[in-house]
Amino acid sequence: MRKYLLLVFLTLSSLATQAQQEVEMADTMRSEGKIYVVVAILCLILFGLIGYLALLDRKVSKLEKRLSEKK
Amino acid sequence: MAKNWWKILSVLLLIYTLIAGFLMAVPRLVIVNETVRALYFHVPMWFGMVVMFLVSTIYAVKYLKTPTVKYDILSVEFANTGLVFGLLGIFTGMIWANYTWGSPWHGDPKQNAAAIALLVYLAYFVLRGSVDNQEQRSRLSAVYNIFAFAAMIPLIFIIPRMTSSMHPGNGGNPGFNTYDLDSRMRMVFYPAVVGWILLGIWIATLRIRMRKAEEQILEIEDYA
Repeated sequence: MRKYLLLVFLTLSSLATQAQQEVEMADTMRSEGKIYVVVAILCLILFGLIGYLALLDRKVSKLEKRLSEKK
Repeated sequence: MAKNWWKILSVLLLIYTLIAGFLMAVPRLVIVNETVRALYFHVPMWFGMVVMFLVSTIYAVKYLKTPTVKYDILSVEFANTGLVFGLLGIFTGMIWANYTWGSPWHGDPKQNAAAIALLVYLAYFVLRGSVDNQEQRSRLSAVYNIFAFAAMIPLIFIIPRMTSSMHPGNGGNPGFNTYDLDSRMRMVFYPAVVGWILLGIWIATLRIRMRKAEEQILEIEDYA
């Protein structure tokens, strides 16, 4: 009986500590403003790739124009 | 420019996704912690894949109704782009699973079914590559395309929900509920989905236009 009581007590106490525990998030990184570095890098990569895609789009448009002239 | 408004919209939505996705608040959940933000990138890959494959299947049906090269090109190139989205989806999922589930390949029903769905679509390209005659290749692959789409939908959306799966939105609870996705995340998630889908369509249309130009060159060469 004692064993079970102990078990129940331990489970409850562990649940209680879990509830108190804050979920760990990158709060320090945010408060230091370093998250902006990450966002800036990702935005630059996105701009680069999209710019490249836009250039490809223009090239294909030119090709289509030349082809329609030939017809 | 007026014709390309949706390309600009796609870029704007993706910039918004990056900025809001990393800077806006997300629910504080155990185990996933900050990785919940991966939702803005991992899930839209699958949404994109399903849309690309749906368009591909529609053109496969259209090809079978009226066999023209145009429909065949549209069907293949949308399937191509869809496959890229699917592969990105499965690999991003593996990175995420490694962090939250403990190993990249967990044998979870959602992972296994998604892998099978991608293999079914890979077989589509194997089939295309193995037939020399152009008309035969187009017709056979159009029929197979419909089968592949019909297999992919239950594999990804139904089977994982019928069994127990660790993947959110599965194992009995369909779709996203309030626990998985709160209103703050929806504000980023839905624009992200639209942005990624539009980007996929942009890439697919570029490939289609290149293929059409190629066909025209072949025509001119035949004529000369």
